[in-house]
Formats: sequence, structure tokens, C-alpha cells
Amino acid sequence: MLVVGIRLEACQPDSLGQVFPQDSIRLDFKSLTSGVEAKMSSKMPSSNNIAQARRTVQQLRIEASIERIKVSKASADLMHYCGEHAKYDPLLMGIPASENPFKDKKPCTIL
Amino acid sequence: MGEMDTLKKEADGLKTQIEAARKAVNDTTMAAVASGVAAAPRVQLKNRKTLKGHLAKIYGLHWSADNRHMVSASQDGKLLIWDTYTGNKVYAVPLKSSWVMSCSMAPSGNLVASGGLDNMCTIVNIKAASPKTLRELDAHEGYLSHSRFLSDTEILTASGDTTCCLWDLETGKQKVIYKSHVGDCMCLAVSPDQNSFISGACDSSAKLWDVRDGGCKQTFIGHTSDINAIAFFPSGTAVITGSDDCTLKMYDLRADQEVNGYQDAALNAGVTSVSLSSSGRLIFAGYDNFNCNIWDSLKAEKVGVLSGHDNRVSCIGVPDDGLGICTGSWDSFLKIWN
Repeated sequence: MLVVGIRLEACQPDSLGQVFPQDSIRLDFKSLTSGVEAKMSSKMPSSNNIAQARRTVQQLRIEASIERIKVSKASADLMHYCGEHAKYDPLLMGIPASENPFKDKKPCTIL
Repeated sequence: MGEMDTLKKEADGLKTQIEAARKAVNDTTMAAVASGVAAAPRVQLKNRKTLKGHLAKIYGLHWSADNRHMVSASQDGKLLIWDTYTGNKVYAVPLKSSWVMSCSMAPSGNLVASGGLDNMCTIVNIKAASPKTLRELDAHEGYLSHSRFLSDTEILTASGDTTCCLWDLETGKQKVIYKSHVGDCMCLAVSPDQNSFISGACDSSAKLWDVRDGGCKQTFIGHTSDINAIAFFPSGTAVITGSDDCTLKMYDLRADQEVNGYQDAALNAGVTSVSLSSSGRLIFAGYDNFNCNIWDSLKAEKVGVLSGHDNRVSCIGVPDDGLGICTGSWDSFLKIWN
């Protein structure tokens, strides 16, 4: 079980005047696992690596066996979906002010 | 030694076979197919509301299925639940750990989930007399990057430990563990029929999973850096991914390959978040350069920009009724546009 030391980089206050070291923490966590994998594969083959390789091959067999349709058909179907649903897409068609729930309703003054 | 070599040879052979099979059906490009389609109108969306209340960077947002409420998470240590029609905060949930990376709301509106560097997914009942922690899902060995409820009794999580997981909320235990990625899982999205979900990871691949049997059905490659954001096209037959390599890609599930790419030589900022309009024609993508670009999903052209944030756009979401889009930023504000 790996123990991760959290490395706090020099932290500059951000625009809110606050110091948040979590960006460097996130980067540490992100790169940790890929570093471990690279380390493991350069060692002599152990039973761990053989098991991992068997799983990889098993997974690739599953992925190799699927049926695929032509890109022309796939694209045409996606285009068709967009076409059918365009008229119901408020962000594409625009929203009349009276039906816009986010628009600030200004009070009316009756003169 | 012998078996390793045999396995490696078989793996390489299968990869070549898959590449050849994909090439065999790659008979055209979507750009060519979509050339006859009318261009999407130039999209000019206005900032209708700015939701102010968080005191630090916002890392996640998720619309309620009621299209009106929304939950947001910030590293000020709070989840806020908003009534977006009025701009008012309805609930504030204090978090035990302020290093939150994501949040989500159950379709019922009863529960919210959050998690981050504490490696846990905390489930809170917001409809109780005062927000009450229901469960702490504690089994991941890395940070919690994303979560999505299937119902009030099941939730999917993605983690920096390279796995995704389906949890039973009645017992608090893991039901299914999805293992295949070799890099931190950064994001996930559930298919419209809830039978499958996709995950994006730091190994630059996206994977399609069967929710129930835990099997990885398909793997999509092509990105050259971490995939930070992922979404289903509304038909459920394609997925859009956003990456640190500054591009977005559309992968068709039935053709098993990339069918469109969204990039601009001038853009050198990573994509942090992605969401689609209800017809799937418009892709909204948040970038590190403080903007959100709007892309025509079919023609792969930029058709608009949402600018107004003073820092990175970290999260984005369109409600189910498609009536608006919300962006969340490290500048601590949420903005609603339509």
C-alpha cells in the first residue's frame, strides 16, 4: 500500500486573496498512478504482471469481437437526430421573453 | 518469460485487428456527411443570472431533474442548493472535508452527493428537517473525481484510484467495481437508458461499461492527454469527451471510433467540462482560459462563446428541459445563460 506524501508547492494567493494548495495536490494524485504503472512494467515479469497481461488480452478479445456499423450510417443517424429535435431545442431556437424562467422580470409601473 | 511474450504478442495482434476493423467501416467523415446541413445559427446567449454565495473556487455543479434547483460544490467547504429561478440559496450543506472535487443530485431531489481528496463519497439527505448525512461511501483508494446517482438507492463514482464503482446506498457497500483504466478516472456520464455509462481517465481513453455486469464493452482512444469531461449525446449512441490536449472528440458507439473532432489552432487551453443542448446540436465546453466555447456538433465549427468569468470554467451543465446553461468557475460564481 503506497503512502502518498502531499507536496505543497509554493502557494501564491489567487485573485480572491486566498491560498489554495489543492491544485498541486490534485496534480500529485493525478500523476501518481501513471508513475506506479510505469514502474511496475519495467520490473522482471512477476505473477502480478502476468495476471495483468492476461486481463488485458481478455479485454482486447471482447473489444475485437463487437459488430461495427459504417461511419456514414452513424453520422447520418446523428444528423437525423439533431434535425428531428432541433425545433424543441430552446438554446438553438431562442426563448421568448415571456417563457424564459431565468429572465429577470422587471416590475411594471402603471402611470 | 515465455507466457509474457505470448501474451504481449496476442495483445498487439488484437490491437491491430481492432484498428483494421475500425478502418474498414471508416467510409467517410462526419464533416462530409454534414456538409449539406444548414449551419447552426450564430448562438448569442445572454448571462441571465449570476449566483453569488460561494467564497472560493467552484469545482462542481449538477442540475436537479426538476430543471429549477441545482447543487454546487466549492472548496470553501460547502454545497449550496439553489433555486435558479429566483437566485436564492435553498440549503447550505457544510462538508467535513473542504477538498471537494464534485457533487451531484439524485433524480428525486432528495439526496446530494459530494467527494474529493477525502477519497469518500458523502451522501446527504437535504429533505430531512436539517440536512443529514445518510452515508459515507468509503472504499476508494484515491480521490473521488465524479459521481452520478442512478436513483435514491444507487450511485456511480469515479476515482483517482483508476476504478469506478456502483454503490448500494441501503447498505453503504460496493455492488460492482469497474476496473480497466490505467490512469485516474476523472469523469463519468450515464446513458439515457441507464444500462451503461462512460468514463474518461488520465490514460487518455474513454471506456463504455455495462452497469450491471461491470464489464468494459468498448474503449475509445485518440486523445493525447487526460480526459477531464465526458457527456452522452442525447440519442445515447455517441459520446463527447473534453481533454487537457485542448480538443473535444465525438465517438460513435456503434461505429466504435472517433467521428468528429473539435479543435482550433488558436486554442491552447485544456477542456475542463462539457455539456450538450437538448437536440445535441450544440456542444458547450468550458476551458482553462476562462471561457466557454459553443461548437456545432455536426459541422465542428465554433458558433459562439460565453465569456464573463474571471477564472477557469470548471463545470458546466444543461438542465433536462434544455432551457438554459449554467457555468461554474474558480472565480466563485455560477452564471446562467440562455
